[in-house]
Amino acid sequence: MATTLTKAAEGATAVTHAARIEHVSKSFPAPGLPGGQQLVLDDITLDVAPGEFVTLLGASGCGKSTLLNLVAGLDLPSTGTISTDGRPALMFQEHALFPWLTAGKNIELALRLRGVAGPERRQEAERLLELVRLQGAYRKRVHELSGGMRQRVALARALAQDSRLLLMDEPFAALDAITRDVLHDELTRIWSETGLSVLFVTHNVREAVRLAQRVVLLASRPGRIAQEWTVGIPQPRRIEDSAVAELSVEITEELRGEIRRHGRH
Amino acid sequence: MAGTDTRPRDARGPAGLEAGLDALDSVQTGRTPLRETLARTVLPPVVAVALVLVVWLLLVWAEVAPAYKLPPPSAVWDEVLDAWLQGTLLDHIWTSVSRGLLGFLMALAIGTPLGLLVARVEFVRAAIGPLLSGLQSLPSVAWVPPAVIWLGLNDSMMYAVILLGAVPSVANGLVAGIDQIPPLLLRAGRTLGATGLRGARHIVMPGALPGYLAGLKQGWAFSWRSLMAAEIIASSPDLGVGLGQLLENGRNNASMSQVFLAIFLILLVGIAIDLLIFSPLERWVLRSRGLLATR
Repeated sequence: MATTLTKAAEGATAVTHAARIEHVSKSFPAPGLPGGQQLVLDDITLDVAPGEFVTLLGASGCGKSTLLNLVAGLDLPSTGTISTDGRPALMFQEHALFPWLTAGKNIELALRLRGVAGPERRQEAERLLELVRLQGAYRKRVHELSGGMRQRVALARALAQDSRLLLMDEPFAALDAITRDVLHDELTRIWSETGLSVLFVTHNVREAVRLAQRVVLLASRPGRIAQEWTVGIPQPRRIEDSAVAELSVEITEELRGEIRRHGRH
Repeated sequence: MAGTDTRPRDARGPAGLEAGLDALDSVQTGRTPLRETLARTVLPPVVAVALVLVVWLLLVWAEVAPAYKLPPPSAVWDEVLDAWLQGTLLDHIWTSVSRGLLGFLMALAIGTPLGLLVARVEFVRAAIGPLLSGLQSLPSVAWVPPAVIWLGLNDSMMYAVILLGAVPSVANGLVAGIDQIPPLLLRAGRTLGATGLRGARHIVMPGALPGYLAGLKQGWAFSWRSLMAAEIIASSPDLGVGLGQLLENGRNNASMSQVFLAIFLILLVGIAIDLLIFSPLERWVLRSRGLLATR
């Protein structure tokens, strides 16, 4: 199964976007508020190009996880449309691995639900484990793995869905700094090897700059797109690179401004 | 560009760093030696049984009650030997155990889909959820008189009583197990495409297994209890002598040692089924999920 992770663009020349979010708003019922509705996302328009790595950056309450759920199809927007190139894969802050299965079987379940035939599953699972540098972990139970290893298995399971778009909801937020740093390197490597599009949600500015080709800053309450930066620093980057630090300072300033705005009301 | 061409693994590179992190952060597991396991799991119950025997002997020796009320352990042991030599001991046990297990399997076949329905379909839950929990607190002995009237003195009456006792436990256990699945796992399942029956098979049932097993265990206890109640109350020559009838016969013959024998056998079967089937199953499930504290 060498074809599963070829560049997205090769298979789908007509597709010009991995995800297209157009004028999307989302409200939730809130009986205590005037109007009975809380507006969480306000008129979001965002395209993710095939093979592009975009981070969504924002403080708590900016609705970034809500937006990701909408793109994943777990919830419907109140207004606006979202289209994706196939069903996206989703990775959570917690590993969300099934504790009754081994690491390898977790990946195989994703393959099975995708319709991969029995004999190929084992081989493909081993290959994906190798891709996230966990060869030999096939038989490991989830609780026997470290936090970083669990997230790598979760990444392998997401890759097993063979989606063109990978959605990541603060996947490294619960890890320690050194493990996170290692996983940034891994994610960058896998992204450049597979040609996936990635939409990555985080509240960590440095992480956003370290990883992305484009950083999108969301304002809070309601979530709106406040500003965008194209990151021209060549990969592989390090989180401690001065160019990364410089842009991070600029973006952090904007983020602080956004947060301060709320204190004045 | 398949991902198989991983970079050479350099001990100073990220792979080496990862290996170090993984080693530092992983759970170390080891096996406890057999002797320690025996000392920890076998010794305590043996001591407890010995203590009960000693207290029993002391009570008999002090003659707190006449022998026809409190037979000495030796009289009960003679009863065991008699039944063994007559070849009826295993018959008694098998009559009841086969009924109990068959009834339990039927309860499983009915209770499992019922629990799945109650847990997953809002309307069904609202309609019969409370009734199902309520039935658990209704002693299944209460079902014996109507079952005898409706079905007569036969095996179907026994099975009806077992089912009424065990189905609610099995269903409720599954409902509790499903309710305890972390919502995140259900979401993860949905993003992987496990919806409907595939979701039930790959995510919901395995996720609910710990709670389901607890329900099965309770379901078995209820099956066994209701069966004994049914056998004691509804004895008839065509039904064969199960442990409940054995007890009832002992009472009719004013043979306390036979009553004791029946009680011990009923208890023994209950313990044996739990020890041989449910406990290993439960431990295996919990251990494989890392939910069992090893020390």
